[in-house]
Amino acid sequence: MFDFPEFFSFPLGDWINITVDWLTLEWAPFFDVITIAIREPLVSLEHFLWWLPWWAVIVILAAVAWRFAGRRIALFTVCGMLFIGVMGLWDETMTTLAIIVTSVAVSVLVGIPLGILAAKSDRVEAVARPFLDGMQTMPSFVYLIPAVFFFGLGKVPAVVATFIYAVPPCIRLTNLGIRQVSSEVVEAGKAFGSTGLQLLFKIQLPLARPTIMAGVNQTIMMALAMVVIASMIGASGLGLEVLRGIQRLDVGQGFLAGISIVIVAILIDRVSQALGRTRETGLRRGG
Amino acid sequence: MPITRKKSKVSNRSEVEEEAKVLCQNLWKIFGPDPQQVLSNIDDGATKQEVLEETGHVIAVKDVSFEVYENEIFVIMGLSGSGKSTLVRCINRLIEPTSGMVLIDGVDIAQMNNAELRQLRRHKLSMVFQNFGLLPHRSVLDNVVFGLELRREKRKERQKKAARAIEMVGLKGWEKSRIYELSGGMQQRVGLARSLAVDSEIILMDEPFSALDPLIRRQMQDEFINLRSVVKKTVIFITHDLIEALKLGDRIAIMKDGEIVQIGTPEEIVSQPADDYVSEFVRDVPRGKVVLAESIMEKPAVLISSDQNPEVVIEELKAKRAAVAFVIDADGKLEGIVTKEQAMAAAQKRLTSIEGVAQREFPSTSPDTTVEQVLPLVAEGNVPVAVLDEEKRLLGVVTRLALIHAMYAGNETNDANE
Ligand SMILES: Nc1ncnc2c1ncn2[C@@H]1O[C@H](COP(=O)(O)OP(=O)(O)OP(=O)(O)O)[C@@H](O)[C@H]1O
Ligand SMILES: [Mg+2]
Repeated sequence: MFDFPEFFSFPLGDWINITVDWLTLEWAPFFDVITIAIREPLVSLEHFLWWLPWWAVIVILAAVAWRFAGRRIALFTVCGMLFIGVMGLWDETMTTLAIIVTSVAVSVLVGIPLGILAAKSDRVEAVARPFLDGMQTMPSFVYLIPAVFFFGLGKVPAVVATFIYAVPPCIRLTNLGIRQVSSEVVEAGKAFGSTGLQLLFKIQLPLARPTIMAGVNQTIMMALAMVVIASMIGASGLGLEVLRGIQRLDVGQGFLAGISIVIVAILIDRVSQALGRTRETGLRRGG
Repeated sequence: MPITRKKSKVSNRSEVEEEAKVLCQNLWKIFGPDPQQVLSNIDDGATKQEVLEETGHVIAVKDVSFEVYENEIFVIMGLSGSGKSTLVRCINRLIEPTSGMVLIDGVDIAQMNNAELRQLRRHKLSMVFQNFGLLPHRSVLDNVVFGLELRREKRKERQKKAARAIEMVGLKGWEKSRIYELSGGMQQRVGLARSLAVDSEIILMDEPFSALDPLIRRQMQDEFINLRSVVKKTVIFITHDLIEALKLGDRIAIMKDGEIVQIGTPEEIVSQPADDYVSEFVRDVPRGKVVLAESIMEKPAVLISSDQNPEVVIEELKAKRAAVAFVIDADGKLEGIVTKEQAMAAAQKRLTSIEGVAQREFPSTSPDTTVEQVLPLVAEGNVPVAVLDEEKRLLGVVTRLALIHAMYAGNETNDANE
């Protein structure tokens, strides 16, 4: 009487399972290609970071921070990375960095072209908008499920899940940035006889750059958040340390790993924000 | 400030039968979801406002026809929303006309495919924008080379042409500056240089000076006039400022609600406004800056040759009630003038010809001088100002009375009978 009538139940779950099974079987080559395309650069990057002497990593990161974000951030980088090393989390941090860099690279490589498409066509934008809205409201760990189904466990599905979770702002802000470019400047480009590509590369993208970089920055931040969660599907790195800390009730270990994530987050955030700011505004590096 | 407008020879074009550089014929632009439908059902008498209320469509350009000749400055003037920007964008197809024809050098641009249109824009037409339309992420030099870069010209060639254009607009030394470091006036110089660098035959200018302070605007207008005497271009110039239109234009088209209500030389617009709308516009215009000597000059009352007997000259001056006789040679060239007093002095000395007493120094001007500039000449001496053509032939004379009439009459209203 009070239970929902049984005969209304709908085998939607079964259908989804059937579809997914079919996809994993029939589309296996497709997923294999993606797996290789993600795994190879990811593993190479990780090994490269491990191979580099610790001080070289610190020098490179600090130099990049100095160049784009100023002296204070450079100083912060040096102290933060030294702290991570002292806490014995160096290798995990390098793994996390590799996963983030790969996820963000995939997001940018896919997201910016999609954003451009959306900016050039109202129809594409109209189709993309509900998807993007939906993707951003969904809880992040939901993306772990399809990632695991199609790519198994490990770092590759972690990158895939991170990509799906983190790509919307990149698409959205690329679209917005291009649409916001002053119509008179676009008209000027056309009036002097630019082709579609010339217009894109000489006018729209350069002028949309601050907005696009804001999108990339958001993508990076979301990727960082996701990397922790993705440790649940077997991605190693700082996230896994946090997870272990929780599982073993080792608060200290979890806390240190958490601090390390925050350090990496601040570092990446400041540098990527500064990248979007420089040039146009005329205000050089606001520190 | 005197206006140094150089009157072009376009007013008599119709007789010469020359091909128009730009020709627009029955051009329409209607904004809205179904412009063709609205166009085919349009009722001739319907105003822009009525059509908007009934159909939700905006008639931005309504059945506009005009032609622009080579090296002419054609000004399109109208209030905000009258369709000027839309019209000028139909000429390079930044906006597709709803119907009508645009010919450039006799070629119908509506028939062009994308590649042809691009070539046209790269080589034949360039444009200057109200808010400059510059690329803020580039330096001055890189902005000026923009059009050449799109044409994929060689780097050397690009730099050379850009440097010349930058020099022309007086920005030498600023090549490396960023756009945001420049004042508005200087930014528009960059815009101007960008369009000069591609060396197009036609320049479209959509309110290029409207965003500038009045003083800078005036300075830019003067410089633009100077520039035009160096580089010959066909210019279609949009403005909402009548004074600017009168100052720069060889001919002016006045637009209202998408229609052209009058096309004419500045002088025609001021002295013969086509309707109340135009006369309302020109009411407060200082006519002295617009009306030309040739249009107020009169036939000289007494014309004599230098071997004329003084007695005869006196007789003639008396008969015509004139004070001055003009001495011309066989070709009609003015040799000098003789006042009544000088003729009488000659008669007393019993000279047989007035040759000896004729005055070789006399006030003269060219037919395309504005009345305002003639004024001091009349004020100086008591004799009428002779209007001479380039060969010094006497075309007519401007009397003090005619001058005063031209300057002050008709300034109040048109029907003031005087
Ligand atoms: N894309 C558009 N969609 C709808 N209506 C438009 C569009 N562009 C212009 N209009 C309308 O067309 C009319 C003419 O506009 P246009 O910009 O050509 O005027 P204008 O004379 O250049 O005015 P201004 O001096 O303000 O620049 C106006 O009523 C305007 O609202
Ligand atoms: Mg306009």
